[in-house]
Amino acid sequence: MSLLGGGIFKGMAVTLRNFVGSYFYKDRLTTNDYSWRPSDKLPQRAGEYPKEEGEQLRDTTTVTNYSRNFPMLLHDGSEPMDTIRCVACQICERECPPQCIYIEKSTEKKENAGGKPQFFPATFDIDVSVCMSCQICVEVCPFDAIVMNSQFELSTPDRFGGLLLRRDDLLKSNGYYHKIHPEEATARDKRIAEEKAAKEAKKKAAAEAAKKMAEEKAKAEAEANEGTPDMEENTE
Amino acid sequence: MSHTVGHEPILGKFPGTNWDEKAGALVVPALQAKEIATWLRDNDAFLLDYCSNVTGVDYLECEVKEKVTKEDGTVETVTRTEPSRMDVVYHLYSMQKQTGPLVFKQRTKREQPEVESLTPVWRSCELQEREVFDLFGVNFKGHPDQRRILMWDEFEGHPMRKDYTEPFDYEWEPTPHDEILQKHQRGKVIV
Amino acid sequence: MSSATAIAPNYELIQQDGLETSLLEVSMGPHHPSTHGVFRMDVKLDGETVVDLQPVFGYLHRNHEKLAENMSYLASMPFTDRLDYFNSMTNNWAYALAAEKLVEIEVPERAEYLRVIMAELTRLVNHVSLVGFFINDLGALGTPLLYAFREREKILDLFEQASGARMMCNYFRFGGLRNDVPEGWLDRARDVVDRFPDFLDEYEKLLCENEIILSRTQGVGNLSRELAISAGITGPMLRASGVNYDIRKVDKYSIYDRFLFRVPYSDGNVGDCYDRFMVRMLEMRESIGILKQALGGIGDGPVLGNAPKVFKPKPAEVYGRVEAPKGELGFYLIADGTPKPYRYRVRPPSLINLTVLRDMCLGQKVADAVIILGSIDIVLGEVDR
Repeated sequence: MSLLGGGIFKGMAVTLRNFVGSYFYKDRLTTNDYSWRPSDKLPQRAGEYPKEEGEQLRDTTTVTNYSRNFPMLLHDGSEPMDTIRCVACQICERECPPQCIYIEKSTEKKENAGGKPQFFPATFDIDVSVCMSCQICVEVCPFDAIVMNSQFELSTPDRFGGLLLRRDDLLKSNGYYHKIHPEEATARDKRIAEEKAAKEAKKKAAAEAAKKMAEEKAKAEAEANEGTPDMEENTE
Repeated sequence: MSHTVGHEPILGKFPGTNWDEKAGALVVPALQAKEIATWLRDNDAFLLDYCSNVTGVDYLECEVKEKVTKEDGTVETVTRTEPSRMDVVYHLYSMQKQTGPLVFKQRTKREQPEVESLTPVWRSCELQEREVFDLFGVNFKGHPDQRRILMWDEFEGHPMRKDYTEPFDYEWEPTPHDEILQKHQRGKVIV
Repeated sequence: MSSATAIAPNYELIQQDGLETSLLEVSMGPHHPSTHGVFRMDVKLDGETVVDLQPVFGYLHRNHEKLAENMSYLASMPFTDRLDYFNSMTNNWAYALAAEKLVEIEVPERAEYLRVIMAELTRLVNHVSLVGFFINDLGALGTPLLYAFREREKILDLFEQASGARMMCNYFRFGGLRNDVPEGWLDRARDVVDRFPDFLDEYEKLLCENEIILSRTQGVGNLSRELAISAGITGPMLRASGVNYDIRKVDKYSIYDRFLFRVPYSDGNVGDCYDRFMVRMLEMRESIGILKQALGGIGDGPVLGNAPKVFKPKPAEVYGRVEAPKGELGFYLIADGTPKPYRYRVRPPSLINLTVLRDMCLGQKVADAVIILGSIDIVLGEVDR
């Protein structure tokens, strides 16, 4: 600091370097353009928004592959209510920290994705003005029925009804989930398949064991039956 | 992990104090606290110069079931009533010796509780004791500036007490969320 | 004259030629841009000099502690994000640390490493933006803050990839983490960490020798060593007053004993705003050192220990604390055998660091009161809870 004001000039050199550099390196830009991007390519991180002339934000499904904001209900096939995964067990309603989920269980059972007759939610409401996107409902769900959506454009002129998402608004297909969160969805599907396979293997093993046991029992019985005459002979 | 502070010398020096083994805390009578605290801060064996955390704990009167082993070896479950009380808890550390924590509790009655303020001993108690006064209604004798801190001055009641009931919300307006909350209040959903 | 001395005994009212002057009372805030949120300073001024100052807060109070006492242990985890909304990761950690003491869960090694990485990244985020805000309070609008936010953005992207949210991460669980980081995350983190020192060099060149910053911060808001200890000041502010006390070194919680790092602290002669600013700049260097070691040493494995499905601890009392970027963040939990905590207490570093605001501001100029508040580094979500 020999020269008075030397420190200020040093700082100004830094700002000049950043200003000029921002024309050549995206890293030096202090602002990121979020609103312009093509709809087919999902950005991986901020700054990766290839801008095309004249194209405006149309697709409001997601910002990045990892973002979350409000929950949605998953179904597997084309007809949402026939393949809904939720069985209205109400665990998420109990665990929700801000208490924004409201579920009413159906009175009769209906066949769902698993092929078994199950209860289903007659009402499933999420008040997104209360929801705080914490993802606890996703963690506690034992049926992988609720996952996080990342649709962010939810503004509405109706303050009360418009922010209350009903069951049919919440139902989204597994394909949509794969589109917005590819990595997470693949991992989840893999886990479900593994669990199912393990369950089936266990079932099979149990069935085999039962069969083996029955066979052994039959054999033992047969042996016992065979053995009786010998005994009788011995006693004689 | 930090090194724990030996409590035996304190019990020997101040006969009124006792050690709560279950909570791992030194319990002192409410009117002796300042003397003990000053001694703990200045004594070379402790040098507890840093009071980290101050808070209140409100205990309602409750029934406790306890298993008591009799002389002949049989175990019997005894129900006894635990009287209500108010604790003011201090977590003490030593910055010089890098030891701690020593949990220091002032125990007092629940109705119109009064304890000695330790702000003259540790400045860090100043805002936190105000908070305990605000939320629990504990009166700190000798506090330099005892006012409400988080709630507004006109507020009535002490919200952290276990028996506090919310007054009618005059800002209430109907929202779709109401039926959810009503369901929770009816006890249909048990958290 | 006598009234002024009654208000502030260690300040003598300047009287010129027997002229009767009255004190000017200014209420700065609660929506003043320099107060970092809804915070009010009732200032009494003699000319431009502060003779009395009372911090007023509670505008953001929602009784977080009462809320948490009425819900399960896990359910209050996302609410801890909202305490110090800049550093949700360390808030989560402090709560998880306290709750893990209640039930004694073993945290897997990979989870410990990731926790350290997240906490140190959070420290970078906090310090880099705090320095920006602090310079903003000095009057340098924009430039340093925007540079800081540009770098912060890169780290927030990492948080988003790991946890799904940029600020309200809700990433830690009792016994580990919610999920593992996605593939390639560690490489991206290494990339960000490797490039951060270049930015710090530039930032130091921009700020540390600037004559205006030096003259505005040196000798302003002095805090003595004795007062800092007695008032329970923690974090960078305590170390700027010359006390070598860092909970990462003292408690050695998690796996901090495996890393080599230094704790920057000043010589304790003044403890002014410049010291607090420099301690934060130096701490960022150490954080990068820890990050490099942690990113080098991390191995494979599970990230969630064998936490019980229903978290229902036996009756006990615990106090868990971590070195959050703002100071000692502690959680005091009393369990009574039910799934809800009987008592849940947050020890907020921001609130307790405010204890000495009045002492530091007395006798200073009113414009310096703004800088002193900025150098304390408060977040109103934590002060008010």
